[in-house]
Amino acid sequence: MTATHDEKRQMIQEVLEAYPDKARKKREKHLNVIEEGKSDCGVKSNIKSIPGVMTTRGCAFAGAKGVVWGPVKDMIHISHGPIGCGYYSWAGRRNYYIGTTGVDTFGTMQFTSDFQERDIVFGGDKKLAKVIDELETLFPLSQGITIESECPVGLIGDDIEAVARKKAKEIGKSVVPVRCEGFRGVSQSLGHHIANDTVRDWVFAKSDKVPNEELGFTPSPYDVSVIGDYNIGGDAWSSRILLEEIGLRVISQFSGDGSFNEVKLSHRSKLNLIHCYRSMNYLCKHMEETYGVPWLEFNFFGPTYIAKSLRKIAERFDDTIRAKAEAVIAKYQPQCDAVIAKYRPRLEGKRVLLMVGGLRPRHVIPAFRDLGMEVIGTGYEFGHNDDYKLTTEYTDPGTVIYDDVTGYEFEEFARKLKPDLIASGIKEKYVFQKMALPFRQMHSWDYSGPYHGYDGFAIFARDMDLALNSPTWGLVKAPWQQA
Amino acid sequence: MSQNVEQINDHVRLFHQPEYQELFARKREFENCHSPEEVARVAEWTKSWDYREKNFAREALTVNPAKACQPLGAIFAASGFEGTLPFVHGSQGCVAYFRTHLTRHFKEPFSAVSSSMTEDAAVFGGLKNMIEGLANCYALYKPKMIALCTTCMAEVIGDDLGAFITTSKNEGSVPQDFPVPYAHTPSFVGSHITGYDNMLKGILLELQGPRTEGNGKLNFIPGFDTYVTNNRELDRILNLMDIPHTILADNSDSFDSPNEGEYVMYNGKTTLAEAADAVNARATIALQAYSTEKTRAFIEQEWQQPTHVCRPFGIRGTDAFLMKLSELTGKPIPRQLEIERGRAVDAMTDSQAWLHGKRFAIYGDPDLVIALLSFTLEMGMEPVHIVVTNSNEGFEQEAKALLDSYPNGKEATIWGGRDLWHLRSLLFTEPVDLLIGNSYGKFLWRDTKTPLVRIGYPIFDRHHLHRYTTLGYQGAINLLNWIVNTVLDELDRQTNITGKTDISFDLIR
Repeated sequence: MTATHDEKRQMIQEVLEAYPDKARKKREKHLNVIEEGKSDCGVKSNIKSIPGVMTTRGCAFAGAKGVVWGPVKDMIHISHGPIGCGYYSWAGRRNYYIGTTGVDTFGTMQFTSDFQERDIVFGGDKKLAKVIDELETLFPLSQGITIESECPVGLIGDDIEAVARKKAKEIGKSVVPVRCEGFRGVSQSLGHHIANDTVRDWVFAKSDKVPNEELGFTPSPYDVSVIGDYNIGGDAWSSRILLEEIGLRVISQFSGDGSFNEVKLSHRSKLNLIHCYRSMNYLCKHMEETYGVPWLEFNFFGPTYIAKSLRKIAERFDDTIRAKAEAVIAKYQPQCDAVIAKYRPRLEGKRVLLMVGGLRPRHVIPAFRDLGMEVIGTGYEFGHNDDYKLTTEYTDPGTVIYDDVTGYEFEEFARKLKPDLIASGIKEKYVFQKMALPFRQMHSWDYSGPYHGYDGFAIFARDMDLALNSPTWGLVKAPWQQA
Repeated sequence: MSQNVEQINDHVRLFHQPEYQELFARKREFENCHSPEEVARVAEWTKSWDYREKNFAREALTVNPAKACQPLGAIFAASGFEGTLPFVHGSQGCVAYFRTHLTRHFKEPFSAVSSSMTEDAAVFGGLKNMIEGLANCYALYKPKMIALCTTCMAEVIGDDLGAFITTSKNEGSVPQDFPVPYAHTPSFVGSHITGYDNMLKGILLELQGPRTEGNGKLNFIPGFDTYVTNNRELDRILNLMDIPHTILADNSDSFDSPNEGEYVMYNGKTTLAEAADAVNARATIALQAYSTEKTRAFIEQEWQQPTHVCRPFGIRGTDAFLMKLSELTGKPIPRQLEIERGRAVDAMTDSQAWLHGKRFAIYGDPDLVIALLSFTLEMGMEPVHIVVTNSNEGFEQEAKALLDSYPNGKEATIWGGRDLWHLRSLLFTEPVDLLIGNSYGKFLWRDTKTPLVRIGYPIFDRHHLHRYTTLGYQGAINLLNWIVNTVLDELDRQTNITGKTDISFDLIR
């Protein structure tokens, strides 16, 4: 289907008709079609989801515990409140790390204060203090503790900050209170921001005075930090390898496979490289303002943008680095050529509907393009205005844009636009597979990955091929039912 | 060069290549981590009796629990009813979590909506959200019923669901006669099995129809049983016995729907009319006790209907179930079921030598654990550690009585309220041959090397186990298959080193 711009606008209007008036008026501001020459997608964003519409969004807790703090591997992250929040977010995100789990690292474990009714009635501060004591007894090698508060904590007036201060003194480790109750803000996005702020206020505020030696660190002119790569399926590693190959020294991965020491090192770099702008831009901006560390957003999806990003990064350093960047790009060219030669013919012209969180609704577009695929619609779960501005660098005119898309809209868009592939999340996956539509999860890489870097691109190509060209899709209709 | 296009390596192999191993070594320089010796020392200590005692002295901290929260069970219960959309009143992130969790286990879509309450609702209450939310989901998703439960946010601020629903109807969100059952499901009380109970009771209360002379049927409540095809097996057995019945509610198609190229949102199989008529049944049989306590009490008090708990799992459980059916209906147990019984017993006698005396640990929901204990005890296995995070007194008494009735049940300890970090200590200090539990058991398998039989919820890392029935004689064969073949797989693993251990690498076992 090659719908015109007007036809797509018409399609949006048709889909909106199902809503009651009030909801329709709200939702239509979140849907648009990209216009030629516009520097913005023209949609409203970062606004409350409408009740009852089946948003895909999560909450501040998910953003703080699940995204920003959770991957810091050698700290213990307490899901503070009732049992569920920690339970559902337990080991689900594939933030790979190296360590001895339960001894010096804790990434795939769940720690909770498991609130009971009496904790709601009498407050949970005492229990929290006790939780921290027990953690110290059983997990003496932890490098610190964060407290991610769940909804009730913020409603019953607990003072987790006071507990954190007191216990930090007692145990001689950082204890970071994170006020990420799920009712705060409109999505996980505020949770990212809150978590960023706690790094600023509860970590950097003290640790920035700690001398380098105490952190086991000797600066070099080529120091960079990788910010906002959560190492899903090992993404941060397949990125780091390239940065090291061009001669840079990665002093911090914050937070995928990150240690608390690296958190404290992150502003001691010469340049901060931000992968997920949405979740960590706040801290990058803080580090720029306070410590004078510049930052730049890079994109390691697909060879075109990897090369572009490597050059952009190398630009910030000297000729040695610039020369090495060229050498690295040249070195991987045959690998990329081979991948494209093999997979592009199988994927050429395939049309994709994309809907994810963070940076991916724009950043993965070039990887699809490198394989000859076309992204005909994209949207963010919890993007802000700046995301939608940054998106137009990647999209073609005529791309359908949907912010905080509802289940209803997404299904209708798929029915009307008839894409070849949907790339979205686990909640969407089986809806579309039941429509016989090939699907790849773009949060978890469908348990594959890494997808970042040159090594990741090969896997990305392989996975798109296996999704699209699986013979199973041809079995969906019984032969006697086919016209 | 890291990737060869003819054999592209993903994370499973990629990171074992030397360039990545060197990268990991370089990265360590910045981690300021403990020395390998120190880590090894502490790792050893975590296996000790000393650690176990400290671990069991915990009073406030929960680590790796085997329980979820109420609304998960509530929306699971709701999904078995025709055209029913679960609506969770409170913060929206919870619904994203529930849908994700159920979807990861079943590999099926799961629809539920939230009233998306935020800070203003925390101050002013969530009435506006409910009015708007009900109107929106009614218009968009055209349900026949909206089953409403709550997150802890709505519970803490004290939203009055009954009044809110009345107001919403008065505001025209949904028609006056549109069913909107509700349940308060605070996550700081009980667990997902409590939520199941509360929601089911709420739905039956809302839907209950007029009393008639009686419909001659029996009602069946599956409980929080994630082996949803058990409903199909139950239905088959009841049809074999020619017993008219209503399953409250049958969500087998909700979590196991066919792929025919069209997405169908509602697959709940129990019609609202059947549910309304359930009040006129002769009796209600619950297949679980601890996920149905309030519902059964409601049925007995409000419907004046006898209720029974019968667990058709394993041979003796199924025997008792069939005899109860026969007793209640006067219908004989058909020959077909005797043959099936014989097949299951035949399978069990074939495998008994490999399972007799096998010492095992188990964790899970109370009712699941009772059912599995019953089956494993009759196989001659020896339960040792029984961990039930969402335990209760009734369960512990029942489990104790069951264990006491078998000589091979005497070694067992029931660890109510404990979690999987406790279980880790138990497995290190008092090792067993086998562990039965959900996917989270894989971390215990890794640490303690105890082979894991995956039975329970959630199972995220193996496919399709939920599609098998565990109920009845047929289900006993499936349980047996999983358990005995895990033992045999493990035996192969322990005997597969050429020239060393492979003297016992037997072809025939």
